[in-house]
This record gives sequence, structure tokens and C-alpha cells, in this order.
Amino acid sequence: MNLHDIIMSEIASVAKEQGQTLRPLSDDMALAACGLDSLGFAILVANLEDKLGFDPFATAEDVRYPQTLGDLVRFYNAAVPA
Amino acid sequence: MSESAAAPIPRMSLRQHVAGSARGAQLFTAGAQLDLAQMAKSSRLAGAEVGPHATVLLRTRDQHDFALALLELDGRAGRLIICPPDLTAAQAAAVMIHHGVTHVFDDATMEGLTPARGVTCLALRTAPQPAIVTAPDCDTQWFMFTSGTSGPPKLVAHSFAGLTGAIAPLGATDEVVWGTFYDVRRYGGLQMLLRALTGGGSMVLSHTGEPVAAFIGRLRHAGVTHLAGTPSHWRQALMCPDLTTLKPRYLRLSGEIVDQAVLDALRAAFPGVMIGHAFASTEAGVAFEVNDGLAGFPANWLDVPGKVEMRVRNGTLHLRSARTASAYAGGGSALHDDEGFVDTGDLVVQRGDRVYFAGRASGIINVGGAKVAPEEVEAVINGVAQVHQSRVHPRRNPLTGSLVAAEVVAEAGCDEAELRTQILRVCRATLPAHKVPVSLTFVTSLPMSAGGKLERRHA
Repeated sequence: MNLHDIIMSEIASVAKEQGQTLRPLSDDMALAACGLDSLGFAILVANLEDKLGFDPFATAEDVRYPQTLGDLVRFYNAAVPA
Repeated sequence: MSESAAAPIPRMSLRQHVAGSARGAQLFTAGAQLDLAQMAKSSRLAGAEVGPHATVLLRTRDQHDFALALLELDGRAGRLIICPPDLTAAQAAAVMIHHGVTHVFDDATMEGLTPARGVTCLALRTAPQPAIVTAPDCDTQWFMFTSGTSGPPKLVAHSFAGLTGAIAPLGATDEVVWGTFYDVRRYGGLQMLLRALTGGGSMVLSHTGEPVAAFIGRLRHAGVTHLAGTPSHWRQALMCPDLTTLKPRYLRLSGEIVDQAVLDALRAAFPGVMIGHAFASTEAGVAFEVNDGLAGFPANWLDVPGKVEMRVRNGTLHLRSARTASAYAGGGSALHDDEGFVDTGDLVVQRGDRVYFAGRASGIINVGGAKVAPEEVEAVINGVAQVHQSRVHPRRNPLTGSLVAAEVVAEAGCDEAELRTQILRVCRATLPAHKVPVSLTFVTSLPMSAGGKLERRHA
């Protein structure tokens, strides 16, 4: 699975766990609009760290936070350890 | 003035402060916009007389009703007990019994709560009556809840002067519109509300469960100039594209450990805007504000005499200040040591010439501003069949500061995958979402201290 699909499937799994309803996901969708609440996002980032072995929020030089799902995938892609 | 010979109260009532609000100053809530000066001149409180001997339990669902109730009761009731939004009916009932509550103000029609005989219910009328703006009859004591490590939450007493003195007055005379992501029924939020109401400006209140994007829209509409929240609130807001449409002059963070990443992200989103972070705790009152854009605080602030004195003892920050809470309700263990210092319970470490916060000595986990006692989660996990022992600790998270993690010692020979599923199922069924462990590790044993207690670890 590529990073994009891993992130999307993890979002779906956190939403299911948290009993939250997701809208159909698309890259230009605002993170705030996808259906996960702030705790859901925090869990998503923790789960992705367990799965991928890195957390771009903790290491990124870029001080801009991602705002759309596409941003989020790029944010993770940019942080993949070389 | 009262007819008795008692000395006058050396402060203004909240109603007097609000009556002096700037022309056009408003209180903005999700459904309404109220002119503060007008609000001070009318009363909506129905029910019996409330006097200096009254102890009023304030249990409100709506933050706007809460603000109105404060306006009605400050300077009239001897004691106000402020319930946070997540206080259960059972906890509220226990407080009523243990703290001699005489009146209850409840905008949720007393859901789940049956007051003892002799307790008077107060409510808001729909139609306001004219009110006279008067000086206080008494210096109302404000009681707020603090999260204990286990058992029922404790009540801590504050004075009006202590609560309002916590946030420095603003030098600027321009119109000020405060906005807060905090719930005003909690310590940090209440300080913001009182700062706004006594400072003459407007205030925008968030609504429980209101989406961040919607709140940002209301902040923009109200023209917010001063905006406050926890680091978690800010991280969430930074993910909303609309955040940068706001034109604030001052941003404030408190209530959780502030890291450099969130300060840098805010500086990038709001170039040139003053960004401060404040240290505060319910028990110790606000200690200080840091405005140099760096996490932590300068080490040379320690051990210096002044309005607020700070020192480190046994790895935790101790404070001495006139603003510290005066006492726990009903006596309880004294808050101050012999020299007048209060242990904040916050672990600190010094690196170079800077002091950084490192978590709570009690092990209390702060998940985006919501406190989790590890013992509470451990009790649930330990109740699952085949669990021998567990230890709950914080796991660092870049969005909420911390999340809950657990280590479990299982009975020999059990199926770990199956047990993991079962533990999470039980936790999700019995605990609120932020208390459910996000990671669960099986270990063969957990370390004990010499006293036979589970050794706590920090993030």
C-alpha cells in the first residue's frame, strides 16, 4: 500500500473505532470537514507513527500545519526518512 | 449600603464592572449577542433572596446562562460553587451534601439531581426586570474543581481579586474583543471571562461541541482582537484555513505544556502578532506569562523575590503569591507549606538557561486539556479477566500534548491478541473516548517502589 492509501485506511479505522461518521474522502477536503474530531486526529497521528515509524508533526521543519487531506499526505510524504 | 456596621467590601461587584463596559461592548454566544451595559441594568434571576450566607451551586449547560448567573450572584451570595460541564449528577449531588449548598442554579432543569429538602432552586426568567447596579454585599468566594488523582474532585476557593488579577491589564485603549476556546466554567476560561467583563471590552464565548471552523467564523464576525486557548486548541485551529482570516493583536496559550512547534506555527500564521504563554493551575493561580516566543521560561526567574516567587523542590515547581487559592473547601490538607509556597505538582527540568515543564508528578495525563487519572483507567483494565496488573502512562502526542497508553501484565498462557481486543472493548464501553488507551503493550512485570507502590513513569 502507498502512503496515501495507508493514511486513508487509517482515517477510516479511527473513525470506526470512535463511532464517528466519515464523509467520502477526497484530497481537497478540509481536515476539519472529514468527520474526525481533534481526539480522532491525535489518535490517527499516534497510529500512523506506530505503523510508519515516524511522526512528521514532531519532526517537520515546516511550521505550517496541513489543512486538507492532500496536505496531510504530502506532509507525511515529505517526512519519509531517507 | 447594608444597615449593619460591617466594613464596606473593598471592591466592585461584577455587575458594577459590567455596567461600566465600553459603549457597544457585547457578549457574543453561539445563539445571541448581548449588549453588556444593558445586561448589567437588568435582572433575570427568579427565586428566593440570595444573601451572604448562601452557598450556590452553579450547574449550567449553557455558557451564556453561566455568565448571566455570575452577574446576578457575585457580591450577593457568600459562596459560588462552579460545576465544570462534565461533572456528573452523582458528583454534583455529593458536593451539595458535603459543602452545605443552600441554592442551586441549574439551566438543565435539575437533570439527574434531586436537591435535599430546604435547598432552593434558582432559574432565569425569560423577561428581564430592571436591576439596580449596586456594590457587593459580601466578597463572594468562588469555588472551582480541581482534578484529584483519584476519588471525588476537590474544591478550591478563590477570591474575585485573585481570579481577576491573574491576567495583566492591557495597556492599549483601543477596542478589545476577547475570544476564548476555553470553557468559561473551568479555571482558565473563567479567568478570561472575568478579565473581559472587568476590562470593559467584548467577549466571544465558544459553545460546547461547536466545530472549530464555526467558532472561527463567529470570532471573525465579532472582530476578535485577543484570542486564548490551550496548545491543543491552537493546533486544531491551525488546521483550519480560515484561521488566518482573523486579525488578532494578541494570542495567548495556557492550560497545557506549550512546545516550540506550536509557538513557531502561530508566529508563521500571524507574523508580528504578540504571542504569550501563561502558566496557571487551579490550585496555584496564574504564576507568570512568557512573551519571548520560546517554550519554557528563563531559569533566572527562579528564586527571585517578587509578586510571584518560584522555586523548584523535589523536581516540581513551587509558587508563592497573593493570587494562589486560599484553601480547599472543608479544610482538607493545607495548600501552603510553612513558608507559604504551594506545590503546583508540575515536574520541571532545566536545560541550559531555560526551565521546561515535563508533566505532572501525580501522573495525571493531560489529553488536550482534559485530565485523566491513570488509576481510573487501570481500574477498568484490571477488571478484565486474565489481566494481572496494568500501568497507565502518558504517550506524547503532537496534537493533544498527550494520549493515554497502557502496559498490561497478563496471566501466563493467555492469547494476547484476544485479550487486547477484550480490554479495548471494555474500556470503550466504560470510559469516555479520551481515557481509552491508544496503545497497549504487554509486559512481563511492572516495577514497584520500595514502598510497594507501582512506579509511575512520565511521557
